[in-house]
Order: sequence, then structure tokens, then C-alpha cells
Amino acid sequence: MQRIDVLNGNQAAAIGAALAKPGVIAAYPITPQTPVVEYLTEYAINGKIDAAMSEVESELSAMSVVTGASLAGSRTFTATASQGLALMYEPYFRASTLRLPIVMAIVNREMISPQSVWGGQQDSMSVRDAGWLQIYAEDNQEILDLIIQAFKIAEDKRVLLPINICYDGFYLSHMTEKVFIPEQKEVDTFLGTYVPEHIKLDPEQPMAVDPLTNGALLMEYRYKHLKAQQEALKVLEEVDQEYEKLFGRSYGGAIETYRMDNAEYALITVGSVSGAAKDAIDAKRVEGICVGLVRIRMIRPFPRKQVCQALEKVKAFGVVDKNVSFGWDSGIVYQEVKAAMYEGDNHVPSVPIVGGLGGEDISIQMLKDTIDMIQDAAKKQQSHDTVWLMVNEGEVR
Amino acid sequence: MKEIRIHGRGGMGAVKAAEALVYAAIMDGKYGNSIPFFGFERQGAPVTAFIRISDKAIRPKNRVYQPDIVMVLDPTIMNAVDVFEGLKECGMLLLNTTHSIDTLNLPETVKTVAILDATTIAMETIGKAITNTVMLGAFCKATELVCIDTVAEKVEALWGAKNKEALYKGYEAVQVVHC
Repeated sequence: MQRIDVLNGNQAAAIGAALAKPGVIAAYPITPQTPVVEYLTEYAINGKIDAAMSEVESELSAMSVVTGASLAGSRTFTATASQGLALMYEPYFRASTLRLPIVMAIVNREMISPQSVWGGQQDSMSVRDAGWLQIYAEDNQEILDLIIQAFKIAEDKRVLLPINICYDGFYLSHMTEKVFIPEQKEVDTFLGTYVPEHIKLDPEQPMAVDPLTNGALLMEYRYKHLKAQQEALKVLEEVDQEYEKLFGRSYGGAIETYRMDNAEYALITVGSVSGAAKDAIDAKRVEGICVGLVRIRMIRPFPRKQVCQALEKVKAFGVVDKNVSFGWDSGIVYQEVKAAMYEGDNHVPSVPIVGGLGGEDISIQMLKDTIDMIQDAAKKQQSHDTVWLMVNEGEVR
Repeated sequence: MKEIRIHGRGGMGAVKAAEALVYAAIMDGKYGNSIPFFGFERQGAPVTAFIRISDKAIRPKNRVYQPDIVMVLDPTIMNAVDVFEGLKECGMLLLNTTHSIDTLNLPETVKTVAILDATTIAMETIGKAITNTVMLGAFCKATELVCIDTVAEKVEALWGAKNKEALYKGYEAVQVVHC
């Protein structure tokens, strides 16, 4: 029996991590991730978890500790946000290129300046090319389920890569709702134990880890790394199906489609805004507008075939980005979706949308207005300039 | 679905009160979510919390713009914030006040008013001018959206027996008037 509780997103993440029984946890507190560290520390003190909690003095150390622990063969967990992630960057890159299946929650927060502690997906989106896998949750149940699944995906022999489970700061991290909590023994069965074979610091069986490597061999490392990332698309689907059998919840795979059958227009979202977007889609459907939603769950690897296929018949689409792509005058996901669409035959007009920066809200009304703009782009056969969702006398600019 | 907005000040427990309501709704078999308004965290600053309660699953995780119910923990907040902003027609106001209803000068959207002197009850019961639990009791009586005994369970777990007492006192004291 799964237990029902009322949890905020940070509690859901901490419980998910605890159920996976990591051997080592190292994390440094930063808003809005701080409660994750507090909950896990409390579990460790009360003997609810067996993990060695490593108190570190910075995120640079946190990532270095889990790197060392993972190299020694331990299952590891950490969590961070924003500037904390930025401070991790050097060992962050190394963790992926060493092929260490570390699980890290990123509680999405804006990057400074100006100073902000609130939401936005600039932090994790900006490190999308550092070789990790990245999945984004829509609600608190999905956070808990994804943290558990993340270990299974990362530790799969076809993948062996670190993974980020990303969720919106405050909008999920501090939002409470109903969450089902699986039983420990069922999670044990689902995950099994992590036994590394590819890389391990073991005095009994010495192995050269990270020696100076020439270009020819380094090329091979990168080639295999990129192929392993592609494998993760398939592994995610398998893990999702297996999870459904045990726990009764399925999320599909790298993307979720909502009312996309016969949809003429599509809205594309990532993360917690997708719930409000589904309500906006329903409202527009009542008005007779055939619009659907594509929620991209997995940003790395980017599910380009799935996205292309989901959008193959639409007349226009719009992408809501809670980040900016400096230099592109738009958001990051918009550029990625457009790149994916180039591989198909449906080269239709599109609308880049930027909103939710620095904790700004994206209202259902804003989303309904963007659907009108997508329809308008189809009618005019012309892509739109970037739409900035700003509250200005109740209007969308 | 009912959408609720709570106005309080930092340190008054508006966010925790919202969580207690959502807890009760869910344990009673309904759906709910609560989201704090993410402002500058400091004691005494205006704080807003949003709640949704429904018989069906709730998808939006964003702010509430058109509440059915507005609950005001501290009457002085009305000098700083427009607590009636976006209130639906036939809206309900739950107000901690020492004034009588006819002196309140309420907008036309308010169709139901629930008032009580929560500050005095809080001072007498818990010895502090923290009104969240008293107002939760009033909320249960005025809205009938959640079961007070389930709220009491959470209130006792969070803040102890005296606050549970304050909750029931709020339930008894509230005066509900339809305009």
C-alpha cells in the first residue's frame, strides 16, 4: 500500500531520495533548495536513512564529495539551485565525462544579476550541454517518482550517466499537494543495488581513473558518451513502464502530449507551467480552437524525433521558455524545438515565448493569449517576434 | 473548485494555515494545493498565500487571480493591500475585526461576510496576537469546505493543544452575514 501525504516539492524530493537509499549525500543549502538538505539531515539524525551525510562548505565541495563517493562505488545524491549550480560547474562537467550515475535535484531558480532568489529555469538550461541527463517535473508526485526512477535510469548499463531532476523553485518546491509515497521494500525491488563495473576506485583492483588522454581516445570517449545519452531515451520509457507496473503511475516518456490528436496548433512547455497550460488548452478547445500541448520532460538528451513527430501536422506552434538564450533573442527550448523540426517536413511558423523569469507568474490568461498569437502566426504564415509575458495593466505584451 | 487568498503579515503563519487547510481537504478525500506568494521574507511584511480546493484533480500551480474567498488575518493589512482585488461576484470575506459589519464599507462583490475578533481570542487563548488558527476555525464554519476535526489534527501537530483550542473558539465565535 502506498501512503498518502500532503507534501511540498522539496519534501517529495527528499523522500524520493531517501527511498533510493543512497550511501552518500552531500549538499550545500541554497534557496529554494534548502529544505531538501534540512529534511535529509533530519532523516539521517533520526536514523531513518543510512546515508553518510557530508557537511560541506560549498557546492564545489558537494559535487566533489559525491564524485569521490560515486567513484568508490556508492549510490549518491545531491541537490542545488542557481548560483550553487554555477559554483559546481568544474566537477559537474567531470562527473558526466567520468560516467558517474549521480542523481542531483535542481530546484530551478533565476541566475543573478540582478539579485533574485525566485524561480526561472535559467540555471539548469544553461548547463544542458555538460553531458548530464535532464528531466523536468510538472508536479510534486512526479518529483518523487522521478527521483526514484532517476537512479534506475542513471545506473542502467546502457546509460551510466549522471542525471538532473529539475523542478520549479517555489511554484513546486514550496507548493503543497497530495503525494503517494511508495513502500520501501517495493522501491528496493525496483532499484536493486548499484554495482559499478565500468569505473571504480578499488585498492584491491587498481584502475587508472582520468589519466592524461590523447585526442584519438578522447574522441572515442565523447562518441560513446553521446551514444549513451541517446540510449537514455529508450531506457526512460522502459523504466516508466516498469514503474507503472509496480506503482501504478506512468508519465509516458521524454514528452507528454495533451489533446494533440488532430491539433492544428501546439503549445510547448517545460515544468510546472504545464498544468495551467492544460487548463488554457481546455478553455480554447471550448471556443472551438483545435490546440494541444506538448510537455517536454526530457531536455537532455533532447527528444528530437518525438517532438518532431508530435508536431508533424500542426499549422503553427509556440514554445514557452522560463529562460533566455542570450544571443538568440528568444528562449533556449524554442531554439531546440526549431532545430528538431528541421529534421522533419513540417516547417511551419512559430512563436517564441519568454515568461516566468525571476519568479514571475505565468497566468492561464497569458497562455490563452499566446494561443491566439500561435493561431495568428498560422493565418499570416509568419513567425512571431519573441513574446514577453509581462503583467502590464493585465495585458500580455 | 474554490480559490482562496489569505492575507497576513510575516510571522502570522498565513502560509502554514494554508497548508493546514490543504492537508484537511486532501485527508477528507478532496483535492487541494497551496502556494505562498514569494515575496521578501521579513517579519511584519504583507504575506499572501493561495489555496485551491476541489472535488477534482487540480492542475494549475500558479497564483490565484480571482478568489472566491478572501481571508484577512490582520485588519491593518487593508491599509496596505487591496484585499478585494479580483474577488469574484458572490465572493466571501473572512475578516478579523473589532468593527461591526455595517461600518466596514465593503465592495459590492462581497456577498457573504464572516467576522470575528480573532486578535482578542488569540491573546486570551495562546497569549500572542497570532490569529491564523482562530481564523482557520472561522473558515471551517463559514465555508463548510473542510472538516474542522481534520484541521484540528494538523493544527495540534504543528502548534500544540492551545492552538487547537483557539481553532474551535474561532469556529464558535464567527458571525456569518449574507449581504
